[in-house]
Amino acid sequence: MKVSLFITCLVDMFYADAGKDMVEVLERQGCELSFPKGQVCCGQPAYNSGYVENSKSAMKNMIKTFDGAEFVVTPSGSCATMFKMYPEVFKDDPQWRTKAQELADKTYEFTEFLVDVLKVENVGAKLSGKATYHPSCHMTRLLGVKEAPKKLLEQVEGLEMVPLPNAHNCCGFGGTFSVKMGDISEQMVDEKVNSAIETEADYLIGADCGCLMNIGGRAERTGKPIRVMHIAQVLNSHE
Amino acid sequence: MAMKFSTKNFTDRTKDNISDDFMRKAVAGAQERLHGRRLDAAEELGNWEEWRSHGEEIRQHVLENLDFYLHQLSENVAERGGRVFFAKTAEEASVYIRDVVEKKEGKKVVKSKSMVTEEINLNSVLEEAGCEVIETDLGEYILQVDDHDPPSHIVAPALHKNRDQIRDVFAEKLDYNKTSKPEELALHAREKLRKEFLAADIGITGCNFAIAETGSISLVTNEGNARLVSALPKTQITVMGMERVVPSFEEFEVLVSLLTRSAVGQKLTSYVTALTGPRGEGDVDGPEEFHLVIVDNGRSEILGTEFQSVLQCIRCAACVNVCPVYRHIGGHSYGSIYSGPIGAVLSPLLGGYDDFKELPYASTLCGACTDACPVKIPLHELLHQHRQVIVEEEGRAPISERLAMKAFGIGASSNPLYSMGAKVASTAMRPLTKNDRISKGPGPLKEWTDLREFPAVGNQRFRDWFYDQKGGK
Repeated sequence: MKVSLFITCLVDMFYADAGKDMVEVLERQGCELSFPKGQVCCGQPAYNSGYVENSKSAMKNMIKTFDGAEFVVTPSGSCATMFKMYPEVFKDDPQWRTKAQELADKTYEFTEFLVDVLKVENVGAKLSGKATYHPSCHMTRLLGVKEAPKKLLEQVEGLEMVPLPNAHNCCGFGGTFSVKMGDISEQMVDEKVNSAIETEADYLIGADCGCLMNIGGRAERTGKPIRVMHIAQVLNSHE
Repeated sequence: MAMKFSTKNFTDRTKDNISDDFMRKAVAGAQERLHGRRLDAAEELGNWEEWRSHGEEIRQHVLENLDFYLHQLSENVAERGGRVFFAKTAEEASVYIRDVVEKKEGKKVVKSKSMVTEEINLNSVLEEAGCEVIETDLGEYILQVDDHDPPSHIVAPALHKNRDQIRDVFAEKLDYNKTSKPEELALHAREKLRKEFLAADIGITGCNFAIAETGSISLVTNEGNARLVSALPKTQITVMGMERVVPSFEEFEVLVSLLTRSAVGQKLTSYVTALTGPRGEGDVDGPEEFHLVIVDNGRSEILGTEFQSVLQCIRCAACVNVCPVYRHIGGHSYGSIYSGPIGAVLSPLLGGYDDFKELPYASTLCGACTDACPVKIPLHELLHQHRQVIVEEEGRAPISERLAMKAFGIGASSNPLYSMGAKVASTAMRPLTKNDRISKGPGPLKEWTDLREFPAVGNQRFRDWFYDQKGGK
């Protein structure tokens, strides 16, 4: 199966290891991977801040970049959601609307692709310890991917999953919200970090690097002992 | 109280409220209790998604045909002997009501809970005209007694107060000397209010839904106070937002079921009352005179715009009860009587961006509100729509942000430019990096690193690794 990676700018620059782990997991499942060079950012930072016109050039670049792809797979529920919204953004633009729809239709979040397309739940991962999972908002509510990550994590040998209190509450990232509304974001992320600590888990696992950068960055700053991991890192663990 | 109740700016209001531990505990506790109850009530009904779609369909149908249903409603109210007044503005509405009260030589007015009467500043107008106005919903009564503390929630207006604070208010203002047990507090309020009901000349109610086919108005309460407000005084005035109409009792039943389950997790509230016109021949109670005031106050300007769906709202506050931002800042931070996600959408539309332009940004766009809404208002999309209007139509964004976003538009659409930018950033940030972390960022990064560590740009970007290992496409 031919898969084009949409790696996202956060993974490209800051979390390359999570990207490499995703590559190894997908290759083990027999996927033939490519990385279309032209990709940059899905446009979400500008789009969500209200700069819809400014974000369109980034979106068009992505549509062009993934033009020939069969499957587009990404390690981010939020960025996958943005691709899914392209047809709405270009609804009044006949030149781009159809292409936007084609891209949306072939885009999958990483865990969704494993469970729903490849039909795999056990990827042969091993990780000992206790973990809790933060369901990121866009992935859960807008993309509708709720069960896939849980199914995959349940199959990880040695890993005990414990529920995260008030898991449904946002971690306070929200893109530019995290810096525009710092006072509020701080309260939200503190509650998220404290909820994770309460579970006495060794790992907080998520499927979106924006949330993980927020939760992990705050946990480190406040000296809270929990390791934040992207789900691709967990699924590629063999210890 | 008008819609806007604070002269402080959004940042200061938020800071004040974040440091209010009592409020935050009360709000978080209420959110957690209501969360489970709402989900159980939806589950118990079964096919919740179908009910939501049906609710949405009814509300959209009404909005598309609002002129027809308002006409039908007013004809039927008039036929049953009621009087209807269409108020274009808040002032027209409150002045009409004041005139009715003055004509009836009303001195004492009892009110059941109504957000739209807050919106039109009714209590102040009546008090200035020399009337005594008494709120009879327990939450509203507590706030009124506490020197007109503003409501912090559209269904539970005193949500920000705990029982000990309420006891203190009662002790100071109402000679209360018992404990903070809710039963004792409620009994005290009940004894005070019972006398007011019996002495009042005028009863003023809100309206959950008006039924066009019969000319009825409906009231959904748990305390029974609205029954007394509408049964005892000789004159009844009901005030409604112009969008709160349904075609017939058939649609009413669907919406009430969605409302009570979404608001408080109840199958039905203790009282669901439908009233049609003034007291008829042979009726043992009810008012001699009935007025229905239908308030526009900016609503008709929302019709036909990209914001129209906000008028689907049935004021259940499910969105408020799930909002993670409201959870930490409480209702008073919004500076509007309409708080939470619905308030952040509605307040700028009814009150303007000058006073409420920050509210659409007080959201992470997490979508919890949209998910919870029983009539499927895409609340997080409307918040985003506001941002777009503020930036692209109103030009209200700071110039530094506009330039940054313009640069983003250019850089994020070209890999060579992006790669060059990433390299420059990586080099510039290297001196600030310690143990793969940046703790004190420059410029725009500062806002992030004031609160959190920021990851360093890795030695090798993913794409460079991929080309090295696999060869690029």
